[in-house]
Amino acid sequence: MIPMSWYLLFAAALFAIGLYGVMARRNTVAILMSVELLLNAVNINLITFWRYLTPDRSVGLAWAVFVLAVAAAEAAVGLALIISVYRNRDSVVAEELDVLRN
Amino acid sequence: MFEQVFFIFVAVVTLGFALIVVTNKNLFHAALALMVTFLGVAITYVTLGAGFLAMAQLLVYIGAISILIIFGIMMTRRMMSADEEPFNSQAGLSLFTAVAFFLLVAYVFITYWPTTPADAMLAQMTPVDPAILNNSVVALGQAFVSPNAYVLPFEIASVMLLAALVGSIFIAKPRIQEDEA
Repeated sequence: MIPMSWYLLFAAALFAIGLYGVMARRNTVAILMSVELLLNAVNINLITFWRYLTPDRSVGLAWAVFVLAVAAAEAAVGLALIISVYRNRDSVVAEELDVLRN
Repeated sequence: MFEQVFFIFVAVVTLGFALIVVTNKNLFHAALALMVTFLGVAITYVTLGAGFLAMAQLLVYIGAISILIIFGIMMTRRMMSADEEPFNSQAGLSLFTAVAFFLLVAYVFITYWPTTPADAMLAQMTPVDPAILNNSVVALGQAFVSPNAYVLPFEIASVMLLAALVGSIFIAKPRIQEDEA
């Protein structure tokens, strides 16, 4: 049988990879993809705790579905923002979007 | 034994493709690797007995979000030439932070979980009546529409999806008409 810590370690590794992508990538679309990795890692944790601790209650599944819905909305709005910014500034590199700096 | 080998295989493949997602210079290849990562996560859901969520993952992530991201990449294509530097100046620090985060969490998992009294329960999945697992989707659906459970978050989520739909159309629509007026 698979111990619970294996799933948690897998989710932690996925989260760490996504964290690195969010902090290190320059392209905003790549940052958005890394955020999706983070949300997936969180969902693995939720399902793992649901299966190992409270399989008779639907709370873990319900939260995972809400995370799924929020991820879908986040991807749609994020890409709309990126396309709008690209149209106005001709760039999707995060460092060049510095209108609010001064 | 087979379960453990299968889990390790799926985990290694998923993490490998996740690494491709965050390191590949070609964004389109990164998006394709992202789809494989989502598939690996869906298989993990199946091994955890959450088949409904695995199907939702296939539909929403692989079917919708990946395609949306590929559209986004294609519409902003001029900035993703392969010779451009994919990482910013804080990449080294970010790598250190991510590795340190993983090591810290892994240390907590490996060191402190086995000392808890519930260890015997966590070493393997809680034995549960298969009827409860088979019934989990029914229970989930009833919880979503039950006033005693999640009907309010459920409705708020639907309003949020509508707001996201209208908002993204409004943000992304071209402003040509305003210039002509």
